Amino acid sequence: MALQLDARPPATPAPRNTRPSRAGRLSRIDAKYSPYLYIAPFFVIFAIFGAWPLAYTFWVSLHDWDLLGSDPTFIGAENYTRLLVDSDFWHSVVNTLGIFVLSTLPQLLAALWLANLLNRQLRMRTGWRMAVLVPNVTSTAAVAIVFGVLFGREFGMVNWLLDLVGVDGIEWKSNRFASWVAISTMVDWRWTGYNALIFLAAMQAIPRDLYEAAAIDGANRARQFWTITVPLLKPTIIFCVIISTIGGLQLFTEPRLFHSGTNAIRGGPMRESQTMTMYMFENAFAPYYNFGYGSAVAWLLFALIAIVAAINVLIIRRLGAGARPDTGKRKGGSR
Amino acid sequence: MSRLWRASPLTYFALVAAAVLSVFPIYWMFVVASRSSDAMGQLPPPVTPGGNLGANISRLFANTDAYFLTGLINSAIVAVVVTTSVVLFSTLAGFAFAKLRFRGSNALLMIIIATMMVPTQLGIIPLYMLMTKLNLNDRLPAVIMPALVTGFGVFMMRQYAGQAVSSELIEAARVDGCGTARIYWNVVVPALRPAAAVLGLLTFMTTWNDFLWPYAVLNDPENPTVQLSLRALSDGYYQDMSQVFTGTAIATLPLLLVFVLFGRQIIGGIMEGAVKA
Repeated sequence: MALQLDARPPATPAPRNTRPSRAGRLSRIDAKYSPYLYIAPFFVIFAIFGAWPLAYTFWVSLHDWDLLGSDPTFIGAENYTRLLVDSDFWHSVVNTLGIFVLSTLPQLLAALWLANLLNRQLRMRTGWRMAVLVPNVTSTAAVAIVFGVLFGREFGMVNWLLDLVGVDGIEWKSNRFASWVAISTMVDWRWTGYNALIFLAAMQAIPRDLYEAAAIDGANRARQFWTITVPLLKPTIIFCVIISTIGGLQLFTEPRLFHSGTNAIRGGPMRESQTMTMYMFENAFAPYYNFGYGSAVAWLLFALIAIVAAINVLIIRRLGAGARPDTGKRKGGSR
Repeated sequence: MSRLWRASPLTYFALVAAAVLSVFPIYWMFVVASRSSDAMGQLPPPVTPGGNLGANISRLFANTDAYFLTGLINSAIVAVVVTTSVVLFSTLAGFAFAKLRFRGSNALLMIIIATMMVPTQLGIIPLYMLMTKLNLNDRLPAVIMPALVTGFGVFMMRQYAGQAVSSELIEAARVDGCGTARIYWNVVVPALRPAAAVLGLLTFMTTWNDFLWPYAVLNDPENPTVQLSLRALSDGYYQDMSQVFTGTAIATLPLLLVFVLFGRQIIGGIMEGAVKA
């Protein structure tokens, strides 16, 4: 990620007033302190509603703390040691990772391919871009409900289509792996076009003459794609992977609304697709209100996100190690 | 920019396939919303609109489990307030970071970028406790307040202000005796308007879609956001899918409308943000 941190104008010359008037003093105070005033709302609101709750989650996780209990008792790491032997928790960890892999990997590959298609001389350029982006601007809850019906057992369209080609109906909601596939499909559907546009923007910043030189050297299109495009996209791919990791591991709305009924927060009768965020929610809110235990889940999920993000970055760094050193200097201009 | 590759018929074929896959679930949502409730049990599934939309809508709004109209109004209130606030505070802070010199600005900007990587929704348990203390549970301010600022917004406005706001103009205004507040209003806001509009659209859509935190804090079934109304419909004991789908279609409609009207700007915003980030 190439941040241009020196985009500010050069230093403004000092005021030329020789006699410090009242207005001059005021304007100097204005110039010196008003920036802090302008950035203060972000920091104050984020501190109260973003940073503090996240940090305080850790403190809560060290307590036996529920909604009704008047005074929480400090129990150290007990919530964590209980979680480590809680099979429902580990079940949710495996679900989360399974859905994450199934949703991120095909999504990014499909997005790369789609971006490659869009990066040509096309009629109705904006129309195609809008068509692939439209899943991203739908309501997540609405889509989850719709996909829940599409993947229905008896009257779902997916099973009907499978039946046409001679495949037996699949229990999309009560088979663990099938429910992962169904939920990942939903995530892929929503995010592939969005990532494709981001890749497309980066592809357009790659100088054409690199490809021309490669073509003269006899590299075909596929080879050009893997030896020029992909390595030069590496910073963008890393960006997308990190964003997908943060979002994908916290998945909640899609699996929650894929299921319906009173126990939907469990992600199916046998917790087939309960993610970690759902497990946190199940424990921390109605009906249990076990804040301490839920907070411990939150922190372990936080740790998992950090670990998976780091692993992903390491893997991608090693892939396509032939990237050029000038990748950080891509210039804007997305047309 | 030099020439792009020509698109082959195969390219168009693949793009048509991708477009159909993208659009079909949305189209089908409207199909089911316009049919009677037995459409769900038909094989092959119906793929053309029916004539039942009006009846479904009136039954939906009369449904006493969903409080759908309240949900729509609540979501509109939340989305408008949050969008206004995010745009205001992001343009202010973005202006300060891009055009004003102050001690610690680089470090503070780094903090803002770092906040974009923090999974803040993992903090909802203390947030819930805080709202309980403030007696705001089940009320809209509990949904609104945590969303009033985003690091993404500040960063996006800073990137844009760096190139779109002319430093000469700011200097000229300063020589004329303008304070920073008037410079913001008279020089910065006009220059930032296109990017601020994109930020507003993206924020509106994200806020309209928000589910986890409203689900946690709004437990009163009579005071939902529209997404919570959908949840109530979908979890209902007796499920009339044409009614549920009418709900999902209406909840999606504002987003689609925004997208049809401003799709070009939204695409531009996403792509430019990507190159700069």
